[in-house]
Amino acid sequence: MEKKIMLLMGSLCFGLNAFSQSSKPISKSVIDNGKLVYATRCLACHQVDGGGVPHLNAPLDGASTVLGADKAKLIRIVLKGYSDRVEIDGEFYSNNMAPHSDLKDQQIADVLTYIRNTWTNKASAVSAAEVKAVRAKLK
Amino acid sequence: MRKTFSFCLLALGLSLTQFSAHAGDSTKLASKAIMPDADNAGLKLPAGFGALKAADSIGRARHIAITDKGTIYVKLSKLVNGKGIVVLRDTDGDGRAEEKGSFGDFGGTGIAISGKWLYASSDEEVYRYMLTPDGSLVNPMSPQKIITGLIDRKQHESKSIALDGKGNIYVNIGAYSNACQEKDRTKGSKGMMPCPILDSAGGIWKFDAEKANQTYGDGKRFATGLRNVMGLDWNKQNNQLFVMQHGRDQLHDLYPDLFDNKASAEKPAETMYALKEGSNAGWPYIYYDPEMKQKIVAPEYGGDGKKVSTDPAFQDPAIAFPAHMAPNALLFYTGNQFPAKYKNGAFVAFHGSWNRAPLPQEGYYVAFVPFENGKPTGQWEIFANGFAGIEVVTGTKGAQHRPCGLAQGPDGSLYVSDDSKGTIYRIMYNGK
Repeated sequence: MEKKIMLLMGSLCFGLNAFSQSSKPISKSVIDNGKLVYATRCLACHQVDGGGVPHLNAPLDGASTVLGADKAKLIRIVLKGYSDRVEIDGEFYSNNMAPHSDLKDQQIADVLTYIRNTWTNKASAVSAAEVKAVRAKLK
Repeated sequence: MRKTFSFCLLALGLSLTQFSAHAGDSTKLASKAIMPDADNAGLKLPAGFGALKAADSIGRARHIAITDKGTIYVKLSKLVNGKGIVVLRDTDGDGRAEEKGSFGDFGGTGIAISGKWLYASSDEEVYRYMLTPDGSLVNPMSPQKIITGLIDRKQHESKSIALDGKGNIYVNIGAYSNACQEKDRTKGSKGMMPCPILDSAGGIWKFDAEKANQTYGDGKRFATGLRNVMGLDWNKQNNQLFVMQHGRDQLHDLYPDLFDNKASAEKPAETMYALKEGSNAGWPYIYYDPEMKQKIVAPEYGGDGKKVSTDPAFQDPAIAFPAHMAPNALLFYTGNQFPAKYKNGAFVAFHGSWNRAPLPQEGYYVAFVPFENGKPTGQWEIFANGFAGIEVVTGTKGAQHRPCGLAQGPDGSLYVSDDSKGTIYRIMYNGK
């Protein structure tokens, strides 16, 4: 009996989850705008395939931080840049990333939504409000 | 019985190697008996040349060194099973390594043989191991630490090494920066004047090859203004150190008003320098423009992409190559196996670019630079291509193999290491 309830709850959750994702489809304009920002600010180092450069620039395609639930961490990297000497998914990367705090909240939201939903990546969108909240904390 | 038989074979093999190492003609015969792979290991080579994979999947194979008996030592940038140097031996004479071992608990790039010593570097230190006459190590467990405390700040951390055979070792200490901006790789950030990095990095340092535990105070800044040098080799004809510089990145990202994507992909040149003590190649103040054939003032230091530097302190390159191709190794060919035109010329292993995006990437090949009287003739050509395994590299990650190290075998074969898939290529001449 308990098992059945669990199963029911599980499928309900799954249904809700699927519903909430499909309820907010990512618009083409967000992806287009994100792609534009990517081309001017990110592509040189992270490359056209999002694969990065082995040992120099971290990949975005399939990267745990890019796909992760902690969107604030991603937003902070864009706003503050990245020069930590840490392993990223088991590898070290040598080059420093510049901060991009001059981008508008919407531009950062769009480019993050773009990289979370391009190549093999599939993850929820990032909103301008989320970027604004993280930016406020950094000030 | 079987044991005795294989022991005999081993002894025979050993004596053959010893014989061939002493007799010039027989090495040529021996190399002709070695058959290249049917597909030349996937490489495109000039007519008469063939290639085989001497080893594969050994780890991130950076630089390589080969003893006069043909034992191959490969430096790995990342430890495999806790070891950072791989030793390879061809025990049956087919040109491929049957025997593989490893030692050394440090990752790194540099490795070189001088006299009876094998030198190898981590990103902060240089060690050496004594070789036995047959090319093994006397004590692989306890190397001597020759140099220590070199700067490693993540970027351009590799410590490539070369020896002059006269008791000196030359070590690259790469600049931990792209263009010595106050904030690295950040648009609008000014170049620091003078660039403080040059005191401890961005150049070649000279140390005693015999003395233990040296650091900055014991060595000498031999040459400066070199952003990062991965490939360097001692030219025995000129008695001179030659180096390949990795030129600066991101002219368009940092100065989009001065450089469009195309200009940024094609500037600055990758450059070779013939160094003397006190040489200054000009980084970060200038870069070399391959089209204008001029030293140009860097935009971080007041340049506009056209302003020519008139500072007499900065040396001209010996020869320039297309931008961003990442020359990771330099080797002067002194063997007799290849045709005469190769003798005393330079091979350069181009690791392949990333900073040409969104334009297609370039490099991923070994180039040959003919020399006459100890100087490049001004021409160069692609010698071995096809490492990437794809016609056009758009994203760097798509390249299957990337040339990183070069070494000459005792029979005059050219060895190329690949730090992507860990392949060791052996290129031989079979023509007439």
